[in-house]
Amino acid sequence: MTPSTIELIPSQEDRRIAGLAAAAIGLTLAEAAIPLPIPGIKPGLANIVTLLVLYRYGWRTAAWVAGLRIVAGALALGQFLTPTFVLSLAGGVMSLAMLAVAMHLPARWFGPVGLSLLAAFAHIGAQLWLVDVWLLPGASILGLLPLFLSAAWLTGLGNGLATTYLLGKLSPPPTESST
Amino acid sequence: MRPGDWLIAGAGVVLLAALWLRQVDSLEGQVVIRQDGQVFQTASLRLNRIIEVAGPLGISRIEIQAGRVRVAADPSPRQLCVRQGWIPSGGAAVCLPNRVSVENAAAGYDTLNY
Repeated sequence: MTPSTIELIPSQEDRRIAGLAAAAIGLTLAEAAIPLPIPGIKPGLANIVTLLVLYRYGWRTAAWVAGLRIVAGALALGQFLTPTFVLSLAGGVMSLAMLAVAMHLPARWFGPVGLSLLAAFAHIGAQLWLVDVWLLPGASILGLLPLFLSAAWLTGLGNGLATTYLLGKLSPPPTESST
Repeated sequence: MRPGDWLIAGAGVVLLAALWLRQVDSLEGQVVIRQDGQVFQTASLRLNRIIEVAGPLGISRIEIQAGRVRVAADPSPRQLCVRQGWIPSGGAAVCLPNRVSVENAAAGYDTLNY
């Protein structure tokens, strides 16, 4: 075999992102095995990873981890470039945008649970909006709102509490500039 | 949980309660009348009346009577939607030539929430 002439040297941050994204993808795949009665409702456990990364390494790393998780998770599940993937992407983008704003809320009053709830609502909001304008135009999405928002509230709360618990368990973030 | 978290969670509960209440209201006896694919009128099943919709062939008369709905008269040649009679909840009658459709959304079941 010809030795490769191109050598990619991954930086410390690349390795960290890859490891964290792998954890998120693992959660996505594990979650896909859980049977759920209603399509479109799932716990979104991988968002725990996103939130943890946001708190420990900042928004940029969190966006990388979430983006890699969405693409690689879809590839692994055979959903890449299907409507499911597009919905997942829309939800991911919107919740990251929401987190970018919400992370500037005063930390004294707003913790992971609040951020998780806001991100969950942004996530399902973007997805329902996309369903309304693209997948099922004309159908009334309003009828679906209560069910899906309730699910978002529950999963947002659950993931936020899980993140709070894990943040308490983990050692404090490295103090050297990591953003 | 910090104070702001409680605030966000509380606001979420209030929003959800409002949405569920609205849902209960809206699922009770809605008739959706469409003309040329556009919603022409959304009517309640509880109010007896006759609604007239103008299509390319003429006027379709939709009758709401005692919580039921049907197409009472229609200019379409084969009268399929008229002969269908009272529309069951969750069902629909389509007067294709006149481009009018009547949907009885009383049960709230459709392809979305099966």
